[in-house]
Amino acid sequence: MSDPSVAEGDGVNTRPTPSSATLKKFYHDMLLIRRFEERAGQLYGMGLIGGFCHLYIGQEAVVVGMQNALLPGDQVITAYRDHGHILASGMDPKGVMAELTGRAAGYSKGKGGSMHMFSVEKNFFGGHGIVGAQVPLGTGIAFANKYRENGAVTLAYMGEGAANQGQVYESFNMAELWHLPVLYVVENNQYAMGTSVERASAQPKFYKRGESFNVPGEEVDGMDVEAVFEAGRKALEFVRGGGGPMILEMKTYRYRGHSMSDPAKYRTRDEVQSIRDRKDPIDQFGKKLVDRELASDVDLKTIDKEIRLIVNEAAEFAIEAPEPEASELYTDVLA
Amino acid sequence: MSTQILMPALSPTMEEGKLAKWLVKEGDEVHSGDLLAEIETDKATMEFEAVDEGRIGKLLVAEGTEGVKVNAPIAELITEDGEAAPVAAASVKEPVAAPKEVAGTVAPTPVAKAALIEPQVPDGTEMVTITVREALRDAMAEEMRRDPDVFLMGEEVAQYQGAYKISQGLLEEFGAKRVIDTPITEHGFTGLGVGAGFAGLKPIVEFMTWNFAMQAIDQIINSAAKTRYMSGGQMSCPIVFRGPNGPAARVAAQHSQDYSAWYARVPGLKVVAPYFAADAKGLLKAAIRDPNPVVFLENEIVYGRSFPVPKLDDFVLPIGKARVIREGKDVTLVSYSMGVALLLDAAEELAKAGIDAELIDLRTLRPLDIDTVVASVQKTNRLVTVEQDWPICSIGSEVCAQVVEKAFDYLDAPPAKVSGKDVPMPYAHNLEKLALPSVEEVVAAAKAVLYRS
Repeated sequence: MSDPSVAEGDGVNTRPTPSSATLKKFYHDMLLIRRFEERAGQLYGMGLIGGFCHLYIGQEAVVVGMQNALLPGDQVITAYRDHGHILASGMDPKGVMAELTGRAAGYSKGKGGSMHMFSVEKNFFGGHGIVGAQVPLGTGIAFANKYRENGAVTLAYMGEGAANQGQVYESFNMAELWHLPVLYVVENNQYAMGTSVERASAQPKFYKRGESFNVPGEEVDGMDVEAVFEAGRKALEFVRGGGGPMILEMKTYRYRGHSMSDPAKYRTRDEVQSIRDRKDPIDQFGKKLVDRELASDVDLKTIDKEIRLIVNEAAEFAIEAPEPEASELYTDVLA
Repeated sequence: MSTQILMPALSPTMEEGKLAKWLVKEGDEVHSGDLLAEIETDKATMEFEAVDEGRIGKLLVAEGTEGVKVNAPIAELITEDGEAAPVAAASVKEPVAAPKEVAGTVAPTPVAKAALIEPQVPDGTEMVTITVREALRDAMAEEMRRDPDVFLMGEEVAQYQGAYKISQGLLEEFGAKRVIDTPITEHGFTGLGVGAGFAGLKPIVEFMTWNFAMQAIDQIINSAAKTRYMSGGQMSCPIVFRGPNGPAARVAAQHSQDYSAWYARVPGLKVVAPYFAADAKGLLKAAIRDPNPVVFLENEIVYGRSFPVPKLDDFVLPIGKARVIREGKDVTLVSYSMGVALLLDAAEELAKAGIDAELIDLRTLRPLDIDTVVASVQKTNRLVTVEQDWPICSIGSEVCAQVVEKAFDYLDAPPAKVSGKDVPMPYAHNLEKLALPSVEEVVAAAKAVLYRS
């Protein structure tokens, strides 16, 4: 969702720095994802969320920075670590949490679960469970933009693990060949499940992965929401202006396991703690806001309080909401 | 001495072609590699080169001649010291490349066999005889004229006019925006098509053959078929996946397979497998309009067959309806796609033996119109299913199981299945023939369920 306060001056996405209101919104949106995910982890531990549950904790700056750089009408598609993406799209945390608990009030009526959430209303195209499959799908949404000449850009997220999938390169090829308005965002959180980048990737600089197809790329500090926003804005401008596809590699980090059932033997606690201490996207950005006198500690605490309330309500709602009716078993198979 | 230059087979399923143009004249000296003629098949126009050196003797077939059979002598070549020997048809070797049993059933299919038309076509409607290939092209063209969101993508669909010439003329009419040549990347372009469908366009994704769609089956099943359900009904994917399915001829195991049962199992898909041109046209138009993903299974060998199609402005058939193509009282024979040709031939053989077979063309495999089959079995009390697919977990297996569940008391004999054999498709001509179901097997199965020998 684009913040109108960003788009002042002589046109969209040209103002060099976001307003203080926008910066506070960044903080708010990141913290909402953080608190939401912490609570989701808790509900999983209580057995209220089942199956696979991939938390986004640590990566919040990526989706918040990018989402705020989009214009109305732009579309987003991602893989299964999608809670942050649907929240950043502006969907109600209640409906999101209720999907995680498999309730009728969930955004997929409880039929999709954590990995399969969608919002046609917000141009959020999911939420896809097969590693890499969302990349050609997103390229196809961008194809439709070009077909309709609607000026929209599609944001196709993938993890760095997915970036080794063949279909990603088939997509890069077609996107450049047909000059499709698609921006590929590689969320490089350093681990594809339990396999570190260096153990799986012959070319670990993912922003270079489009070179063979003439798709330009750029590396971005994915722990810095302002850097993400700026890079996203420029890249979107490039793509929207007819430059063809582009790749942004977001260097980020996930604190939690790949999913809730990840024993995390592949890295040390110290590694995680060290990143948290030095690079946490929310803590660091909060400090910046205070240093620049754009917010006080009290302001930040107030935001935290509001968010805790929202998340508590979402959790209560998701626990109390009824499961789908048995008759729902056979609906929504065909139109 | 002289040798004969024979009409070449230019594709695995070519039976005949048009001698479009001679590029040499009588008396010309030719060397190996020189162009002799242009041959037009139902798929493409190709140049034909000399293999031997010599002087062109008599041109035996005039240019512009249609329907020249593969291996028919088209010219004589005088080599070295000899005079042209008289042309003797007997000197033509038995065709090796063209399977005879296929040749016997290919062009032109007697119209009488296919004269049973759709009941809902108004009386007095003019019928036009066209090939299945033309019917499919017409269906796409009509729907593309009707709805600007419909577009066609696939390998060689545009400039080449279709690997099997199904999309002939579409690029000229609709332009490169709507008729799109893709790279050879099934996984990628199928996913791209599904994404365009999610975004509200109505893609027709052509697979050069369904064999190659296995590269893309994840996008067909996990993305196209399941997303409506997983999104609680929010997302829609109005897409058609189409192309030739089933055994072709002499292309061996990786290019000869029937995928009907693979897709017919998947909730969220519709699966169509027509035989007749009218069904191909009416059902493809319905598939393009359908808001769901539709797997449309064609057959390469059927493409060139001609059948009557009603001349109506907008001929659309309902998906999900089987058709009784021949009424009979003694035994019910059920098939789809190419298997229908076996039913028609078997019914004639059975009639000679005094057996009156009822024939059902399923046309749609999902949803399966089992009611039509059950109603027939209630009348005939005997069932034989016929398919080119492997026997295990096949469409025939499903039809038999459902008939046993729903009409057990009506059966006077256990249902019989005739299918492809449970082996990868062999290349050798004789083995390929053995691997495929035959008219004889269908006749034998029908007699077996009637306890006749």
